[in-house]
Amino acid sequence: MSSKLADRIAAAKAEGRAALIAYLPVGYPTVEGSIAAMVAAVEGGADIVEVGVPYSDPGMDGPVIQQAVDVAVRAGVGMRDALRAVEAVAAAGAVPVVMSYWNPIERYGVERFAGDLAAAGGAGAITPDLIPDEAGAWLAAAERADLDRVFLVAPSSTDARLVSTTAACRGFVYAASTMGVTGTRATVSDAAEKLVARTRAAAPDLAVCVGLGVSNGDQAAEVAAFADGVIVGSAFVRCVLDAEDEAAGAAATRRLAGELAAGVRRHESAPA
Amino acid sequence: MTTTSPPQPGADLQPARPSWPDATGHFGIFGGRFVPEALIAALDQLTEAYEAMRTDPAFLEEFARLQRDYTGRPSPITEVPKFARHAGGARVLLKREDLNHTGSHKINNVLGQALLTKRIGKTRVIAETGAGQHGVATATAAALMGLSCTVYMGEEDTRRQALNVARMRLLGAEVIPVTTGSRTLKDAINEAFRDWVTNVETTNYVFGTVAGPHPFPEMVRDFQRVIGDEARAQVLEREGRLPDAVLACVGGGSNAIGIFTAFVPDEGVRLIGLEAGGDGLETGRHAATITGGTPGVLHGARSYLLQDDNGQTIESHSISAGLDYPGVGPEHSYLHDIGRAEYRAITDAEAMEAFALLCRTEGIIPAIESAHALAGALKVGEELGPDALLLVNLSGRGDKDVETASRWFGLGDREDVDPGPGLDTEQQPTEGAVAAGDAVAGQEAGETA
Repeated sequence: MSSKLADRIAAAKAEGRAALIAYLPVGYPTVEGSIAAMVAAVEGGADIVEVGVPYSDPGMDGPVIQQAVDVAVRAGVGMRDALRAVEAVAAAGAVPVVMSYWNPIERYGVERFAGDLAAAGGAGAITPDLIPDEAGAWLAAAERADLDRVFLVAPSSTDARLVSTTAACRGFVYAASTMGVTGTRATVSDAAEKLVARTRAAAPDLAVCVGLGVSNGDQAAEVAAFADGVIVGSAFVRCVLDAEDEAAGAAATRRLAGELAAGVRRHESAPA
Repeated sequence: MTTTSPPQPGADLQPARPSWPDATGHFGIFGGRFVPEALIAALDQLTEAYEAMRTDPAFLEEFARLQRDYTGRPSPITEVPKFARHAGGARVLLKREDLNHTGSHKINNVLGQALLTKRIGKTRVIAETGAGQHGVATATAAALMGLSCTVYMGEEDTRRQALNVARMRLLGAEVIPVTTGSRTLKDAINEAFRDWVTNVETTNYVFGTVAGPHPFPEMVRDFQRVIGDEARAQVLEREGRLPDAVLACVGGGSNAIGIFTAFVPDEGVRLIGLEAGGDGLETGRHAATITGGTPGVLHGARSYLLQDDNGQTIESHSISAGLDYPGVGPEHSYLHDIGRAEYRAITDAEAMEAFALLCRTEGIIPAIESAHALAGALKVGEELGPDALLLVNLSGRGDKDVETASRWFGLGDREDVDPGPGLDTEQQPTEGAVAAGDAVAGQEAGETA
């Protein structure tokens, strides 16, 4: 009964740094191409890979991720492909966690998803449009399969919701740093550090990882100074979108992961 | 049977309020909140403000005044005997929501939500729109109440409902064509949610139908139930009895919930929702969510929806932009599962036949959305026979659909084309006239006007 996500974040902390978490959607530009990019992110230094399940109505995502995911949806990429990516990420040595809007999981079957994800070596799932209030079936299935469940908190979350949401999390809690959708931003919002502090106060023993808007090594270093993990999505997707072919996409992904991995190590402190 | 007081729009938002949803917005297994955490605070704020407002005498008075003096409520009931001749001789009564200011039932909900927006101190409203009726209504209420307004509309819909785009812009709203996904209502809702999560400090999302996360399905129902509250009292007053069936078209389902709610306790009254069957259920090109879909989660709530094996939303198809939506309100999903309401699909061709029939027999041009309910009445009337009394929600008028109808009937291509059945019994079905017109014109032979 141990959390793969919490263990990996703790290992990074023991090195005096934050963990690097990379998001990439399965199926862009192809299933194989996306898996190659995920493996490249691991080779570049990602500790954890969020394996994105394509969804037709990604209400929390900005244009970059929408564009990539739309291609995958139209190609019929689904949960089975995501589970294959999970296996590949685990084999590459990082911790895979599925990132999925709720309907693809519900359609696949919650119990079946939990069982298959555990069998594939996945740590658990991040569910951006599932709040703990609606997550009864998932929490039960995850508990049975010994999986992590990561919910989101936002700057608008009340203190009471920070308490109830973090209580339902295992692995880490995803702090959405700004009010808005995914996408790269020039600066990391001031709201992020404040949200992390409020979240820690609500749940001192839970790792807090920050996502939304981080795209380069400087921003990663900045966030690493106050968070347990730095989540980067759109910037990785951009590497693949802008590449001429899959090999170039993987190379760009590896380079970005390297820059970000250096970023989270820039202010290494004494091992905790 | 319960009794209803005479129509007093807004005097009380919930006479005999249904026992659903529960406190967290669930209609059985349907409804709830499937949204990013970032929106929960705003939804909680809306829920609390709405709960306080709906029993506040000052609000109720203001809401009633607007409905009376601005919308023109109560809307009348019109009997349509010449149309009804094609409905197995059943009597057909229309609830005339088409006569409301802005031309549809959408204004009922929007005035309530605009007042709520002011109450919670926000200065900007956003809305999604399919046919444009909700967008026009929101732009209207925003102009009236001094709110800034942005409307998201699928690019495909901005083309087929160009008139409404112009109306919204005249009213001072910004209309943003949405170019993602299927470029229709579902994608407009996605964009509106993205706007909302980004600008929630200043912005309220005026949701147009009884779908979406709690509290929208319940709140929009409460604002729309005036349709059925009025109609029930009006039918009782003029007929001394309740109708045998109440019919309404269902896209998201707000006009249907609006007219159904007052009749839900009347077990002898059949509630029939007409979904958009598009090219026919068997073609897969339709928007009949309950008839042809499965339960899942879309746009913040669990409901029936059109989805594939991967849980991806399937693009819907309908001649009617307002019904062209792959989801449906959770309360309809629930009414279906408990057997209180029944849902059927009406094809584009059937709807257009009924559209033409009402134009020619009664001098009323209905919205193509509402024509689906009219087509349902033609079928249900045949089934129930001459003594049946049918109440149909004429949810909107068809001005916006003139171009679509002209194209459907080929009116632009030649002169003196028969656009469908008329009262003129001398008239013979024209060679090459639309199939829909032929079918009805055939039935009409030998009848006298």
